Parts: sequence; C-alpha cells; structure tokens
Amino acid sequence: MFAIYKKELRSYFSNVIGWLFIAFLLFFTGIFATSINLKQMSASFEYVVVNASLVLLLGIPVLTMKSVADEKGQKTDKLLYSLPMKASSIIIGKYLAMVTVIFIASVVMAIYPIIISLYGIIDYTLAYTAIFGFFLLGCALSAIGLFLSSLTESMVIAAVLSFTSVLLLYIMDGAISILPADATGSFICFCVLFVILGIIAYALSKNQLVGIISAACGVIPTSVCYMLWEEKFEGLFPKLVSFLAVFDRFYNFAYGVFDITAIVYFLSVIVFFVFLTVLSLEKKRWN
Amino acid sequence: MIEVKNLTKKYGSHLAVNNISFKIEKGNVYGFLGPNGAGKSTTMNIITGCLAATDGTVLIDGHDIFDEPDKAKKHIGYLPEIPPLYSDMTPFEYLSFVAEAKRVSPNLRYPQVKEVIAVTGLEDHCDRLIKNLSKGYKQRVGIAQAMLGDPDVIILDEPTVGLDPKQIIEIRELIKDLGKIKTVILSSHILAEVASVCDHIIIISHGNIVANDKIDKLVSGYSDVSGYSMTISDPGSALNSLLDAIDLLTGSECRYEEIREGICITVNTSNGDDLREKLFDLLISFNVKILELKRLATTLEDVFLRLTEDNYSLPGNDDTDNTTDEEYEENDEDGSTSDGDEENDDEDDDKNDDDDDDGYTSLFSTSGGER
Repeated sequence: MFAIYKKELRSYFSNVIGWLFIAFLLFFTGIFATSINLKQMSASFEYVVVNASLVLLLGIPVLTMKSVADEKGQKTDKLLYSLPMKASSIIIGKYLAMVTVIFIASVVMAIYPIIISLYGIIDYTLAYTAIFGFFLLGCALSAIGLFLSSLTESMVIAAVLSFTSVLLLYIMDGAISILPADATGSFICFCVLFVILGIIAYALSKNQLVGIISAACGVIPTSVCYMLWEEKFEGLFPKLVSFLAVFDRFYNFAYGVFDITAIVYFLSVIVFFVFLTVLSLEKKRWN
Repeated sequence: MIEVKNLTKKYGSHLAVNNISFKIEKGNVYGFLGPNGAGKSTTMNIITGCLAATDGTVLIDGHDIFDEPDKAKKHIGYLPEIPPLYSDMTPFEYLSFVAEAKRVSPNLRYPQVKEVIAVTGLEDHCDRLIKNLSKGYKQRVGIAQAMLGDPDVIILDEPTVGLDPKQIIEIRELIKDLGKIKTVILSSHILAEVASVCDHIIIISHGNIVANDKIDKLVSGYSDVSGYSMTISDPGSALNSLLDAIDLLTGSECRYEEIREGICITVNTSNGDDLREKLFDLLISFNVKILELKRLATTLEDVFLRLTEDNYSLPGNDDTDNTTDEEYEENDEDGSTSDGDEENDDEDDDKNDDDDDDGYTSLFSTSGGER
C-alpha cells in the first residue's frame, strides 16, 4: 500500500494536478478572505471557508478523475492485478494520497486566519472548526469521485460524472424545499428512485431480468408499505434527500457546531464509497 | 510449477478458452503459440491473475491464483502485450515502485533495480521520463519489471516486439540465460525465435490446445511430408512438360513462380526417399541451368500452419508455403507476421480474378501460379 501511496502522491506533484488543486483552492480562499475579512471587516473566517467550498465543484473532479480510470486507459491495471497486493490496499493507497493533497491545501488555508488576526480580532475556534469541516467534506467528496473514476476507462467521463454528482449534492439542500412533502408525492419519488436503480442494475449486469428484479425489489415493498402506513410517507422523501446532503452537514460545522455525528457521517460516506470502489475494481477482473 | 486444469473463459457467449489443461514444469522455456484471437493472451492473463476464469483452476506452486493470490503471485513476473508503464515516471522510479510493490525487502530493492537495469541495457535512459522513451526502450523497461522480485516463473507476452535486430538477439540470449535458472513462458508470433529459444511448445488455436510437446518431437511427428525447392533458368516452351515430369517423379503436383533469376519450382511429396539426384538428372535432361536445388525439412512453421489451419480454407490453397528460414527471419525483423498473411494472400488472389471483370485491377497482380 505504501508503494502505491508514494507513487500517487509523487504523481500528483510531478504532474500539474496536485499543484492546480491547491492553487485553485487558495486563490479563491484568498479572494473571499480579502472581500469578507479585509474589505467588509468581518471577523468570521468561516464564511470564507463556506464560499471557498464552491471550488470543490471543479476541484474534486480534477483531483479524482485520473485515479482509477487512467489505470485501465494506460493498460497499467494488468500490472496492479499481477502484483501480490490486495485490491483494497491499492485503492486505500490511492485514496490516502488524495486525502494528503486535500490536507496540504487545508493546512495552508489554516495559515490565513493567523495572518488576518494581525489586522483584527478573529475567532479561532470557529475558523478552525470550519476548516476541519471543509477537510472532511473534501475527503468525502473525493471518495465519491474515486468511485466514479473506477466506473469508467475515460478520465473525461470520470470528471463529468464527478462534477455532476458534486453539483447535485451542492444544490440538494436548496432543492429540498421544492420536493413534494405529501405522502403520495413521496411514494412516487421513491418508486422513480427504484426504477432508476433498476436501470443502473441493468446497465451494470447487461441483463434485463436483473434490472427488472432490482426495481421490483424496491417498488413492491414500498407499495405495500404505502398502502398500510400512508401517513408515515409524509415528508419522507425530503427527509431521505436531506440525509444525503453532505454540504448541509458541512455548513453545520462551518457555523460552529462541532457535531460528532457529522464526523461519523462523513467517515461512513468515505468508507462506503471506498468499499464500492474496491468492489468495482474486483468486478473489472471478471470481465 | 504451474498447473492449469479445465480452464474455460467465456466473454458473453463467445468461448475464448475451451476447457484447456496443461502443466508447466520447472526449468524449461515454454513457447506459447497460436494465431491471433486463439486465446493466448486470455490464458496468460488468467494465469497471472489479471482476469478471472469462467471455470477451472490455476495452481502456481500449489497455490490457487484466486484463493491464495498473495502466495501465488509472488512466484510470477509478467510482461503483458502492452507494457504496463506509468509514463510520468522515470524507469528508475518505476522499477523502484514495482520492487516495493512486489514486497522486495528494502535492502534488496536498490541492488535488484540496478541489476535489472544493467541486464536490459537501460543505464543511459534510467533518468528519462518513460513517455519520452522509444518503443524498444519501453519494451526493455517492461521486461525489467517482470524480472524484479526474483520470481520463479517469468511470463512474457511478445517480448521482442519493437526491438531492433541487435537488441532482439540480446533479449533472446537473456531469455535463454533466464531459462537455465527459472521457468520462462514466452508467447510469440516469430516462430524462428520460438524454435531457437524454447524447449517446449504449446500451440493453442480457437481456444483449444492442439499441441503440447517438446519441439523436436513435435516437428519429427509431422515430418511425413518433405519438400523440394529448385531454382532453374527459364526452360521456355518446355516448362509444362518439365512440370509434368516432376509431378510424375514425385507423385504430387508442383508449383512454380517466376523470379528474377529464372523459375522457382516447389513441390511437396509424401515419398520419403531423397529424390534430389533424380530431380537433378531430370532437370539436366531438359537442358536447364540449375541455380539451386534443395530439400526442405519440416519447419515449426509447417507444423504450426497445419495444426491451426481453419476448416474453411479455400480449395486449391496449399497452406504449407516453402519459404526458407532466412527469408522468414527477414520478414519478421520488419515486424510483420507471416503465417496469417500467407492464407490471406491466397484468398485475395482468388477474389481478384473475379474483380478483373469489373475493370478493377488489384493492387496485387501476381505472376506465376499453381497448376
């Protein structure tokens, strides 16, 4: 695993990607810090961090697109498969290299409050909680990006998928207010979701039956539950969506709430997507 | 050392490898031959753990490649068809990475990397980025990587592709040296190379093993047909009667081809006697100058073509082409594969005869032909 970790980290900084990510992030952090802290003379660095997290929309795809997609594209996956190394070690090594890049960016970001404090009073606790939250958010999003990169051979498709996903997650908390809150609406949304999952299952397995069965496994129990406990569906779908909203949890951190459950949440997202990536890598061997 | 049992691989409905079994013993150099698409690379990928089989097992030193991958893969070094190189690293960095990934102990890594760099001739290039290296040097890095970790079995998929003639000879020597201390499995289209380097041949065709034997046994087993090749000055109008006479003597039909020096006549016969003296007398009686007369031994190429010919070969196609070994090696230093091409050329000739009626003249207009 360390061999992969060292190689990936070296690759991030001998290529332009690592530098680009960090530079991009710090550039926007600088702009927002100047605008919010210096010009508007606000003592809250956390607003800077929240605004700078927009950078992740482009930063995460750029950081993660090459990670697994390139292996298949450059035909180096055969080397990895023939090594006496578990797929999980390979993926974890790659993921830790990504985390290191985000960590370096966060550390540099952490210097900003100190500089700003020379010109005024700044609340260090809030600032560093926000930065910590930002780091966790970055790690979680890059785990998702890593998984999406493992689904395809093309870096560009991986980048597009990552961008779309991060964008969806970003607008999700805003979207919650327009989602149907009544029971029928929730039920229909759930069914649509299961049909989409069925389609994905069909695409992955190339087997119509698998797709139909997966969709049915979701739709049928849901229909039964709906008929029995209609009132429970009230507001259920919006609840589900808010559960998935990673940015929301980050905002809590940014506004000073050092929430342990949020940390657990982020760690779970990370573990879940890293696990999926390992499965995806193993699956490629069976083809 | 390696035991393959009932290995099957299906890609959807396409059967790539059909229930094959073979054993690789220690200390030999095995040649793995087959037409393109026969299942060679698939089998090699399965043996090295890059691909999962639909059915069957692969045991390396008693360890199943999928149940005990760590233990099994320690014994293998693999060079795939396309060398798996990271183009943003230098050969030195890349080989150090592979050494570390193969769990070579830290104090042995640097010496091993230095050694493989020396053996594959990469000293002058070990600090250039891999993406800036020529194909031949990239191939050398790939071979170097396969040797790291001191594996018992080294599997090379077309290792001399892209190398210059001098380097091809060096790599063949290297493979022969490696073969003395390790087991080497070599896949190649260059039959002359396989004949010179390998002890044992496995031929695979359409997913089945059609031969699995030592080279000399294999070739002698198919030496029921001998051939003769004669180059003579142009006999003019007597050509047809000469050809008839040769047919009578050998008991089978001969072919001729107009070449720069005159006429080249080739004939295959199942008559086991040495007919050279009789052919000599015959040619003299027709008053032609004999420029060359030789008996053709069965080559590995003949065996290969016979064992792998399609069931649907066009009638009148004589698949055994009597090119000499020297001509053959010249073809291959250009990087072209000759076996498949022969059959295709014959098919093209037959098709082109029809096309002429449409006013289209083919790019390949032939002189000479078959009788």
